[in-house]
Amino acid sequence: MSLEILGIAVLWTFLFGYVIIGSIDYGAGFFNAYSIITGKQHILSKIIQQYLSPVWEITNVFFVFFFVGIVGFFPQTAYYIGTIFLIPGSIGLILLAIRGSYYAFETYSSKGHKGYAFMYGLTGLLIPASLSTVLAISEGGFVYLEEGNPVLDYWELFTSPVSWSIVALSIVAVLYISSVFLTWYANQTGDEDATNLMRKYALIWAVPLIITAVGIVYELSFHNTEHYNRLTDLWWMFGLSFILWALTVWLLWKKRNYGTAVWLLFGQFALAFYGYGISHYPYLLYPHLTIYEGFTNQAMAISLVIVFILGLALLVPSLYLVLKLFLFDKDYVQGKKNKG
Amino acid sequence: MIFEDPVMASRFLTLMTLTFHIIYATIGVGIPLFIIIAHWLGIRKNDEHYIYMARRWSRGYLVTVAVGVVTGTIIGLQLSLLWPRFMELAGQIIALPLFMETFAFFFEAIFLGIYAYTWDRFDNQKKHFLLLIPVAIGGGMSAFFITIVNSFMNAPAGFDLVNGELVNANPIAAMFNPAMPTKVFHVVVSSYMTAAFVLASIAAYRLLKGSRHSYHKKALYLTMKIGLIFAIATAINGDFSGKYLAAYQPEKLAAAEWHFETDDYAPLLMYGILDEDQEVKYAIKVPYMLSILGFGNPAAEVIGLNDFPEEETPPLIVHYFFDSMVTIGSFMIILALIYWIGIKRGWTFVKSRIYRWLIVLGGPLSILAIEFGWWMAEVGRQPWILRGIMTVEEAATTSDYVNVMIILFALLYLILGVGTVVVLRRIFKNNPVEKELKAVEQGDDQA
Repeated sequence: MSLEILGIAVLWTFLFGYVIIGSIDYGAGFFNAYSIITGKQHILSKIIQQYLSPVWEITNVFFVFFFVGIVGFFPQTAYYIGTIFLIPGSIGLILLAIRGSYYAFETYSSKGHKGYAFMYGLTGLLIPASLSTVLAISEGGFVYLEEGNPVLDYWELFTSPVSWSIVALSIVAVLYISSVFLTWYANQTGDEDATNLMRKYALIWAVPLIITAVGIVYELSFHNTEHYNRLTDLWWMFGLSFILWALTVWLLWKKRNYGTAVWLLFGQFALAFYGYGISHYPYLLYPHLTIYEGFTNQAMAISLVIVFILGLALLVPSLYLVLKLFLFDKDYVQGKKNKG
Repeated sequence: MIFEDPVMASRFLTLMTLTFHIIYATIGVGIPLFIIIAHWLGIRKNDEHYIYMARRWSRGYLVTVAVGVVTGTIIGLQLSLLWPRFMELAGQIIALPLFMETFAFFFEAIFLGIYAYTWDRFDNQKKHFLLLIPVAIGGGMSAFFITIVNSFMNAPAGFDLVNGELVNANPIAAMFNPAMPTKVFHVVVSSYMTAAFVLASIAAYRLLKGSRHSYHKKALYLTMKIGLIFAIATAINGDFSGKYLAAYQPEKLAAAEWHFETDDYAPLLMYGILDEDQEVKYAIKVPYMLSILGFGNPAAEVIGLNDFPEEETPPLIVHYFFDSMVTIGSFMIILALIYWIGIKRGWTFVKSRIYRWLIVLGGPLSILAIEFGWWMAEVGRQPWILRGIMTVEEAATTSDYVNVMIILFALLYLILGVGTVVVLRRIFKNNPVEKELKAVEQGDDQA
């Protein structure tokens, strides 16, 4: 495996990590706000807060990892994406800031503020929407060069069915991932009402997920034929992904093995996510930048890989500790051991 | 603030973000040390007060960390959004410490989360205490690595430019650039100093507001004592920084000191103003001091600003930043020293209202000194973003929308700033130490 492939595989894995735990986080915020509007707050808020509070910073770090990593391995993306991503990127940042500060201002100070909870829920849908535009942009067709500098064609982007189908999928995926996970988590806490409610949401969002996913493939067949062809070459990955999705839904429907359902969910998204990523090869930004053109020098690549391995040696045990303490500790999960 | 030109707009937005972020970043690096010390003293002296101190500080700390994380994420991404050309070049050579910084930050985030949510889950306080060590190490390391990135911008090293192409990249040499030792040390010790005086400021304020609890007295004495040590360390390092500047960035030193003509036996100018004809007025002249500051030798020659091409000289405003920073630093050393001696010798005036008000003032002043220091360091390397290699003009984005972003981010920082104050007040004001400690009060001496 060349260093370029290794680099992009590492980054894609971080992005996958962010997509999964970020989705749980975003969706949870949305369901929290929704439960306040519909007067079901007493059912959901407790389990959501209990899960989110200790892990929210970790979620954020996955995001930082990805964008620092991509500048490290592929410095030219900083130039291309940086120049064109100013507005969607800044909006995403402001939404992330509102969200991050919610923890500081609400969770740690015990007294809830409804308006802030709504903002928090809303950002859960808007952040994936604003950040996912970068995926649309990377499909090509929205960027032209002016005096050698890349410029983003906003009109083209906002009127394109491709960008809207990506936005739609990102939102639906957030709600689906989050509700499946929280079904399992609520079940762990022994809270039957919350489990049933989350299970209902998971089933509601299951079908739109597949519709929006198919929608993107359909739109791509017009927008970027090359990419579409590569996607269809990998049909078996998406097929497997679909089977895992069906199994997840079946388990939820039968109200059993929620833990297995969560693993199937991860598997489903991993297959689809990597399938999409592989089919995008070798482009970072179609057709301006490939992973070979944008790659950093040899010395930097090697040192980044070394640091990455050392860092993982530090992080994996630490993450395991967090999971053990907050996710798989029966007493904590059931609320017998409380926060400080 | 509306700018015609994306370069000025990008500069202003970066200035705004960093000015806001470093308040939280400094506290974020500094406070864990004090939580550790308090927690450790609590275990060693078997004194509940110190354990509560650690607990209360960490509760406030979580709020500032949350905002620090948020603003840190913003500046991290803004670097690419506002300075794409810079990140493209720098990414090839300085990505290593940037990447390591995120690992350090991850490490800190994980253990801080665990520490904050496991107060009741360890039967043994010592085990809980151990969680703090990675928090403080992570905080210190992220300051270390991110300052390395900044020092690289001041003293680029570890690569060659051949016809605009970067060759012979050596990421390790880039990290250990000449500016690194003084900068990293200065940032870390001044963070500890600032955190100490901020905490002292809170304790002094509670005492002024009528609390007579020995908890606050212990907190005040502890933080002033440690603050003194770090304030002195900061000052000593400031001297090394002067020598670094004289050797590697003479134009910054000359601008900070309004030293126009190259001269030996160069005097140091303190305060003063600069009139329209670039004449210095009302300044206090300390003979030979600039030569001593720069080279440790009163006869040494110090290069003046006039010897640099005009388009490469930094703005002269940095003199005011430099003076303000040094003045505050010196004031804090004296204030803490007198307090410490006063407590040892039983001088009563260090417990007087007026002295306590000065200590209250010390916290905000120290933060102000941090701001002045960064403004001097950053404005002082204008017009370069990478000294001697790339100007800010070449690095800035070509996008036209930075102005709009300035307004949005200004609003955001306003909300975050006000929010922090409101929330911290809400957490602590309604839960005074007296109320929380009542349960464990055991015939306390109202010392």
